[in-house]
Amino acid sequence: MRKIVGMASAAALVAIFALAQVVSAGGQAGGWNAEQRQRIASLSLAALPPMPADPSNAVADDPAAAALGKRLFADTRLSANGKVACATCHDPDKQFQDGLAVGHGVGTGNRRTMPIAGTAYSPWMFWDGRADSQWAQALGPLENPLEHGSDRASVVRVVVEHYAADYAAVFGAPVEAQPVDRVFANVGKAIAAFERTILPGGTRFDAYADAIGRGEASALLSAEETAGLGLFMGKGKCLDCHNGPLFTDNSFHNIGVPATPDDLGRMAGAAKVQADPFNCLGPFSDARPEQCMELAFIKAEGEELRGAFKTPSLRGVSGRAPFMHAGQLASIADVLAHYNAAPAATVGHSELTRINLTAEELTALAAFLDTLGSDEPNGD
Amino acid sequence: MNLVKFWPLPVAAIVVAAGGYAFASMQAPADLDDSLSHASDHGLYAVSIAPAVDPVPVGQLHAWTVAVTTPDGAPVDATVAFDGGMPQHGHGLPTVPKVMGKDAEGRAIIGGVRFNMPGWWELKVHVDGAAGDDTATFNIAL
Repeated sequence: MRKIVGMASAAALVAIFALAQVVSAGGQAGGWNAEQRQRIASLSLAALPPMPADPSNAVADDPAAAALGKRLFADTRLSANGKVACATCHDPDKQFQDGLAVGHGVGTGNRRTMPIAGTAYSPWMFWDGRADSQWAQALGPLENPLEHGSDRASVVRVVVEHYAADYAAVFGAPVEAQPVDRVFANVGKAIAAFERTILPGGTRFDAYADAIGRGEASALLSAEETAGLGLFMGKGKCLDCHNGPLFTDNSFHNIGVPATPDDLGRMAGAAKVQADPFNCLGPFSDARPEQCMELAFIKAEGEELRGAFKTPSLRGVSGRAPFMHAGQLASIADVLAHYNAAPAATVGHSELTRINLTAEELTALAAFLDTLGSDEPNGD
Repeated sequence: MNLVKFWPLPVAAIVVAAGGYAFASMQAPADLDDSLSHASDHGLYAVSIAPAVDPVPVGQLHAWTVAVTTPDGAPVDATVAFDGGMPQHGHGLPTVPKVMGKDAEGRAIIGGVRFNMPGWWELKVHVDGAAGDDTATFNIAL
């Protein structure tokens, strides 16, 4: 007992010394220095800029289009077996994803279903960025034999039979008067108008970050969560890629997760998006060519694209196991262990380097990630 | 003895450690030349670059300008190309910037630059002119 008390006294002294260091080092709110406070504030939803326009979709911000898109999103008739809707895998009650390692539509896919919140801010859709807008993305699964398993002619028939009036009201022409490919593209544009309304909700972290950004102290995060935030920005290097209010750099990285067969990631996705007839430069886009900036400056070549996948947002991440592009890692603990070990990639070259976090540090990082929310996003 | 009450100890230590490490992964070497106007690597040209937006954003597409002269400051008719990367990360820019034209002062306008991470970025301007090929290397920390 005396020994324990002695240890505890020594521990208390160390703790006091450590806290004193924090205060003297920072002398600021929460122990953060000015650069750290700026970084923390940059992660808040309050720092999210206005939603970028989608010039390729003339109805992107039309509420009537969004209402039509919401119904299409939930319509299982847009599938080969009449059982699969967008909402089947992008479940609104599960952050618009399914909690499965790979998607299950009419067949079994090879990629993890991605959440939707905030994707209006992303220049590239899918894990490999093979679509350059929400509407181009929405079209892919409809004709994917493992997802909806439908085809554009069948999709158009559903619109003719069940959505003719709403379609004409939104797109200004009777569905019967338009070519199949045009109607198909417009189905995607209506779904995209709905998806633009799906945004991440505020979290405890955001309230904390706003306070820190104002130069105030905040007790909204526990000591452990605060420590995790420090690691997130520092030793853990998480902020390198998971930056900005959506915790993503919207880019593609090879982090050495176990490869899925024949999946080159961005290397294939970059070629596909350039060839996609539904891209920003294609005949179904409403944009002028000079508005297609992302395609104009796309990085489509380079060994670093091999086995690279899109950085996902970390908002709500604790509620979205399993992780990575094919659900290879079952838990947050597994993800953090992966980053800590930084194994060599089996396809291409991993960008990771070992970070040697201790068990306590890994626990703190996981605690911080929990503050980013796990509830479903806003969306209507 | 309730040891649970001492649970914050390792946490406090982590906070200090994290503070000590703050952005260690992102910091450029202390002696790095961060000037945006200097001679090309072999001294053939004087090259100046400037961002079109200030402060330089992380995550947004934006433009830079590039001015090239002789070492004495005389105008140069040269072809320029622009790229960059993160030496500490082993990757390049996430985009392929292109020369979009020239501004009123004759500087090349480079479109499509995006820095997707905070940290140290190396920018390279390749100049192909009458004096030969040369490259000017610049550093910025975001």
